[in-house]
Amino acid sequence: MDDLLREFLTETNESLDTVDNQLVRFEQDPNNAKILDNIFRLVHTIKGTCGFLGLPRLEALAHAAETLMGKFRDGMPVTGEAVTLILTTIDRIKEILGQLEATEAEPEGVDEDLIGELHHMVEKGMESMTESAPPIAPEAPVAAETAPLIVPTLERELRPGEVSLEELERAFQETAIEVAPPAAAAPVAPPAPVAEKPAAPKAVAPKPAAKKTAVEVDQPEADKVANQSIRVNVDTLEHLMTMVSELVLTRNQLLEISRRHEDTEFKVPLQRLSTVTAELQDGVMKTRMQPIGNAWQKLPRIVRDLAGELGKQIELEMHGADTELDRQVLDLIKDPLTHMVRNSADHGLETPAERAAEGKPEQGTIRLSAYHEGGHILICIADNGRGLNTERIKAKAISNGLATEADIEKMSEAQIHKFIFAPGFSTAAAITSVSGRGVGMDVVRTNIDQIGGTIDIKSVAGEGSSVTIKIPLTLAIVSALIVEAGGDRFAIPQLAVVELVRARANSEHRIERIKDTPVLRLRNKLLPLMHLKKLLQIDDGSSADPENGFIVVTQVGNQTFGIVVDGVFHTEEIVVKPMSTKLRHIGMFSGNTILGDGAVIMIVDPNGIAQELGALASNAHEIADENAAMRAMNAEQLTSLLVFRAGSAQPKAVPLGLVTRLEEVGVDKVELSNGRYMVQYRDQLMPLVQMEGVTVRTSGTQPILVFADDGRSMGLVVDEIVDIVEERLHIEVASGREGILGSAVIKGLATEVIDVGHFLPMAFADWFSRKEMRVSATAQSVLLVDDSAFFRNMLSPVLKAAGYKVRVATNAQEGLSFLRSGQEVDVILTDIEMPDMNGFEFAETIRADQKLSHTPIIALSAMISPAAIERGRLAGFHDYVAKFDRPGLIAALKEQTTEVRQAA
Amino acid sequence: MTTTTTTTTTTTKAPSADGAITEYVTTMIGGQLFGMPISRVQDVFMPERLTRVPLSSSDVAGVLNLRGRIVTAIDMRSRLGLPKNDDGKPPMAVGVDLRGESYGLLIDSIGEVLKLADESREVNPVNLDPRMAKMADGVHRLDGQLMVVLDVDRILEISPDKLAA
Repeated sequence: MDDLLREFLTETNESLDTVDNQLVRFEQDPNNAKILDNIFRLVHTIKGTCGFLGLPRLEALAHAAETLMGKFRDGMPVTGEAVTLILTTIDRIKEILGQLEATEAEPEGVDEDLIGELHHMVEKGMESMTESAPPIAPEAPVAAETAPLIVPTLERELRPGEVSLEELERAFQETAIEVAPPAAAAPVAPPAPVAEKPAAPKAVAPKPAAKKTAVEVDQPEADKVANQSIRVNVDTLEHLMTMVSELVLTRNQLLEISRRHEDTEFKVPLQRLSTVTAELQDGVMKTRMQPIGNAWQKLPRIVRDLAGELGKQIELEMHGADTELDRQVLDLIKDPLTHMVRNSADHGLETPAERAAEGKPEQGTIRLSAYHEGGHILICIADNGRGLNTERIKAKAISNGLATEADIEKMSEAQIHKFIFAPGFSTAAAITSVSGRGVGMDVVRTNIDQIGGTIDIKSVAGEGSSVTIKIPLTLAIVSALIVEAGGDRFAIPQLAVVELVRARANSEHRIERIKDTPVLRLRNKLLPLMHLKKLLQIDDGSSADPENGFIVVTQVGNQTFGIVVDGVFHTEEIVVKPMSTKLRHIGMFSGNTILGDGAVIMIVDPNGIAQELGALASNAHEIADENAAMRAMNAEQLTSLLVFRAGSAQPKAVPLGLVTRLEEVGVDKVELSNGRYMVQYRDQLMPLVQMEGVTVRTSGTQPILVFADDGRSMGLVVDEIVDIVEERLHIEVASGREGILGSAVIKGLATEVIDVGHFLPMAFADWFSRKEMRVSATAQSVLLVDDSAFFRNMLSPVLKAAGYKVRVATNAQEGLSFLRSGQEVDVILTDIEMPDMNGFEFAETIRADQKLSHTPIIALSAMISPAAIERGRLAGFHDYVAKFDRPGLIAALKEQTTEVRQAA
Repeated sequence: MTTTTTTTTTTTKAPSADGAITEYVTTMIGGQLFGMPISRVQDVFMPERLTRVPLSSSDVAGVLNLRGRIVTAIDMRSRLGLPKNDDGKPPMAVGVDLRGESYGLLIDSIGEVLKLADESREVNPVNLDPRMAKMADGVHRLDGQLMVVLDVDRILEISPDKLAA
């Protein structure tokens, strides 16, 4: 293709995108002469270039559009109709350009229809102007421009003479908007006999002045940049990047050598080389970065068109358009973003009538924002529309066979919302031209997954929904933690690493074992552990001490787990290189890289490890797999249960979260004291409690479950520890027997779930006084909001035991949607420190809600300070209880519920 | 670099009538002489700092950094079904390219470059070890020894199924 033509195509396409945007802005702000000038200039350039290249069709179209826009500058009122017409023209131009690119020739065809319409619009505009011309004409241009005097005189003089509009426009354009007083003074003479002549010198005379002001004041920064930038082929940049990576490696090797040889004369120049290399690397990295605004450019136009098509009023807010990210990443998120904005406009926002009926402003808002956070970019697409239709998603999920009705009943709203990421899922009842074709969110998710990002959706019925995408800044260079396992080094991407824990025997962080499963108790949560060398099958058996090691706490999606490694070196910025095709089948690795010392190491893929763990996989293929999907959807509802046998053949279970430790003690250590079995445990005497029918063994070792709280421990004697399973804990048959909460189906077997609360006082009578807890045996309901699964696990049985019906929400939003769904709740118990919306905000929101404002709220917090209590009182809490104060909690609950009953 | 400009690429189906000649880089692997067509050989180097790749096929010896490129090293002894090297001498590597990726074939030692007429090449003996026969493309009888011609493409046909094993 002709170089000139190619250049023209690239440039014109870019200009047109800008015109699209500017026009939409202009429509909203018709008095902004600056925007109009920009548009005018762009279209004019296109016209000029077309003429130069001999493209008559394009030229004619651009010319007609330019003429209409010229009228705007003259003060013709800007109507939506006219803007639509210009946009249509631009679309036609794009279409022709597309064919031009393919065939290298302007396609055959006529555009008389459009040109005719454009002319018609111009005439209409003129009419409306002349109608009001005598009084207003002199003022009208003033509104649009600041060069008053000449223009109207010229116009009046020339119009009867039928001077071509083009001449006129050119003159307007070049006299520019801000004719400086001297410039204006000079050509005052013009109202001269011949029309052409005054136009020409006038055009020349003010030009320098106009240009100057244009550059200094008027032009947006982009134009200045344009003048100072050149186009570089992306491949060239990629190549440059590769070469810089090589240079960095070589530099590192040189430094390594010089370190070994003291005092060489190379030291100083090497130092210099090192600095220059670092700067070069920085610079080249920068060339790959682009503002995210580039991906947003087309959105205002899309939203405008949608608004027209759907009969909605939509405002598009964009924040943080200058946030920069890697070109490669940018390309991959462009389409998902467009798709989600379309979704918001089509499904999310209501029609003006619906909005008015709901008491919302008629205009809906879609808010796009982007910002940096850590090594990530967060992009949020939020609308204030109707939110996701949970009922319809449910129905669709069932009809698509993604879940059974029974499953769905047990899911939280947030879990149901996640179904929209399943392939072929569209809830739009009618398929519009905009969306609803069932290809959508799953594609979005796949794209985001590809670049190691995550996507999250939140929705509140009637208030809107928001989608948050979290993506890494760049794919080419990532920060990685270099670790050692089995004598080899591996890189773990920092993005997935939450923290590092040093585990040592006899310390707080100790690797414990439940049968053969290693776990770590970290801040009251049990963390499943995987040994990296075992995963990679390179266990040389060198580290004989299974209780020591470094644990890389890793998070993939909602799953947190620990990777046990032999050593941790440092973090390093690594250049990710794709693996050889002969190695790509190994799911444990995502790539390889060359370290500073020249060695090649493999990059561990946390996703691969999560899959190995049998954990939820956030990837589309597995979502298609029904089982996996169900697991993913239910992840939050699943409870880890410890299954054991005690006293009978029937298995028993207890939430793992409640168990502090599993021990096997030699029977010789078990002593009988004061009629009770005791064992010396960590320098303390720990009482052993036997379940019904369990006898303490007489030989060998005795397995016990240790429960600890407040520095006291109690051992529950069991016959055998069977397994740890992940199941939804659903007690189907309540039990009349002491110590058994009821029966549940666990791994297909009827299993008795034991009530830990029953056994604790058997060890220490005052563990918590159960008398207090049994008082209100009425069916009052409590909503427990806590983001920590541990506390939910711990408190639910306590509350149930105290006779309350317990509803659980994992965060404030979930709690709110539950409350707003019309379910009656007598008391709300909420944690304070929660992500997104904390307990104070939660309480304030409830207080502000008319329907809910009477429901008592009790704060549960680990931090009890007078300031916090005061803050809680202001937020509207009725009571403030420490998390571990069970009797206090029960008392507070009793107090609040009786008050309500009296009030009622 | 051992690549020369005068090589021909006729390794397999060259008509023997016109006396076509192929140049071979000769290598010793497990005491056996092998030849690879010089047109496929990029370079010969000493592999340094080989990083093993867990979970990979036993034929993959590991990966290494060769002037900034990551090269996958193939253990030719394992690939040909020969016993492991136990003389303690470091291996050498013949660099080859396949579809834009670099591989290093680990060998015991490198020999001279031989020009051999295609017509003197004989088909694989039927009783050749099947693992070796898969990758052999005929045999040349030299003075006092036999040189097995290796087909580079087939050496690198490490199928995913086999990898899983």
